[in-house]
Amino acid sequence: MNMIAGSASASAGVLGQPGASISVRGLTVTYNTGLTAVHDASFELDPGTICALVGVNGSGKSTIFKAIMGFVTPAAGDIRLSGRPVAEAVRRNVVAYVPQSEDIDWNFPVLVEDVVMMGRYGHMNFLRIPSRADRYKVDAALERVGMGEYRTRQIGELSGGQKKRVFLARALAQEGSIILLDEPFTGVDVKTETAIISLLRELRTAGHLMLISTHNLGSVPDFCDQVVLLNRTVLAAGPTAEVFTQANLERAFGGVLRQFNLGGAALHDDEDPRGLTVLTDDERPLVIYGDRKGQSALPAKRPDEPKS
Amino acid sequence: MIAELLVPFGYDYMLKAMWVSALVGGVCAFLSAYLVMKGWSLMGDALAHSVVPGVAGAYILGVPFAVGAFFSGILASLGMAFVRQHSRLREDAVIGIVFTSLFALGLLMASIWPTSVSVQSIVLGNILAISDEDVVQVAIISAISLCLLLLKWKDLMITFFDEAYARSIGLNTTMLKALFFTLLSACTVAALQTVGACLVIAMVVTPGATAYLLTDRFGRLIVISILLGAGTSFVGAYLSYFIDGATGGVIVSLQTLLFLAAFVFAPKHGILAGRRRAAMAGAPA
Ligand SMILES: Nc1ncnc2c1ncn2[C@@H]1O[C@H](COP(=O)(O)OP(=O)(O)OP(=O)(O)O)[C@@H](O)[C@H]1O
Ligand SMILES: [Mg+2]
Repeated sequence: MNMIAGSASASAGVLGQPGASISVRGLTVTYNTGLTAVHDASFELDPGTICALVGVNGSGKSTIFKAIMGFVTPAAGDIRLSGRPVAEAVRRNVVAYVPQSEDIDWNFPVLVEDVVMMGRYGHMNFLRIPSRADRYKVDAALERVGMGEYRTRQIGELSGGQKKRVFLARALAQEGSIILLDEPFTGVDVKTETAIISLLRELRTAGHLMLISTHNLGSVPDFCDQVVLLNRTVLAAGPTAEVFTQANLERAFGGVLRQFNLGGAALHDDEDPRGLTVLTDDERPLVIYGDRKGQSALPAKRPDEPKS
Repeated sequence: MIAELLVPFGYDYMLKAMWVSALVGGVCAFLSAYLVMKGWSLMGDALAHSVVPGVAGAYILGVPFAVGAFFSGILASLGMAFVRQHSRLREDAVIGIVFTSLFALGLLMASIWPTSVSVQSIVLGNILAISDEDVVQVAIISAISLCLLLLKWKDLMITFFDEAYARSIGLNTTMLKALFFTLLSACTVAALQTVGACLVIAMVVTPGATAYLLTDRFGRLIVISILLGAGTSFVGAYLSYFIDGATGGVIVSLQTLLFLAAFVFAPKHGILAGRRRAAMAGAPA
């Protein structure tokens, strides 16, 4: 897999727009089954941010995405995207969204490149005739997710992880300054995950705002500068170092989290008083090496991480 | 010999029949590309049968048949949507109930108030005897439908492929689907004249199904489908001069032949291609 590290300037167009921001205030979403999935949730996000949305199954992560896209109507509260109401922001292609699972017919006669071209439709005139620039952007998006060589495959003839990358490419081609990714790493191998993460970092440099839900607690401190902890409402929101702590995580996950505490003689026989805590809900575990519960996680350096 | 083959072109009514059939066949084939992909093939059948009471009613009241047919077509679509939403029945059951009841109503109306037009010509169609007035109606319906489809085919494609995404780029998917069903109702009405209610389903399914076996791109699927639909309809109407009547039967038989050919010989999705691939995979390297 080769994700071409495209230059950040490829998406510099978004810098021309007023800063990408998300403002969610007092959001309450009730499904027509009567279930209130999200209650009085509030958080604010600024441009050039990667924010993780973390919580147990059913905590309302996907619901928040759907509310931000205007797919569900909030019972209460207000959402602004770059200062605009949801419907207007969606119409102006401010926001691109990659859902948790695609509800589509995989036998539909469209090729990979056709799907990515759909990302450009919102920018075309009413006849939807692609320009040379549109084609170029489709090529670039495909290369960035390393799917260039699969471009003429029918969409159903791909593996699960490859399908995910195609829809990520579609979101990139859409050039929204806000990108919502609902669990982009499930079913994706570590190599692809690493490549996606470095792609996200590039987009951050270019001023994009990304909101990403994940169960992959271990990689959150690596690349997310903000975290929103969710359980039917926002438990904590803010910079990763302040919010992504063992105490907060235990609050968000309750008994669901698997936890291993290693300390004292079980860990080492020197004078070091620190213990090792491994927190995991299902995927990559979060490793905390320290003595205080309030202590934040150490970002484990990734080999690909730029030295900043 | 050649002179004999050209005979149908010498008759006004034959020329009319061939061109009208081709136009209707082409538009129906356009719609079939979408119906086949969505698994809504039976919807075409349902609509075709549901417009019968509308046609009968229109003749009784003396209004253009298209008005009545269109009205009952829309009624049927709404009826299906309503029952679907307010019961736990599946789509196929709902379609079955709605269209048979409307079809029965149509037969009943036609037998209680005998009209100059026989129900047979609605059910089986009779393009060779089409009146000039009907030609105009059918041509207008088809032309408008074709224009709208050409303008909106990509928006409809995204709506049918990935409705959530279509909404996320600001398309009004409810309006687009309503447009599609309106066009479908209108075109089944037009097709009634050529092939009759029983065979409209073939016009709005077979060309799309055949094209689907031949390509993996939706744009090409539409083009192939239209060529098949218009071509078979033109040739079918032409051939029916020699076989004497039953235009609908000839058109649909031609479409079936082409479908079978694609089913066997299609380069990627045909039976033979599948065998060839299996044989190649099995052969020692
Ligand atoms: N369409 C729906 N209709 C009714 N209830 C729903 C619907 N979608 C989700 N829910 C309920 O809303 C709650 C929140 O669901 P949501 O999909 O937002 O969870 P999530 O945090 O994304 O979970 P996961 O980690 O499993 O993806 C759940 O209790 C779920 O059962
Ligand atoms: Mg979810």
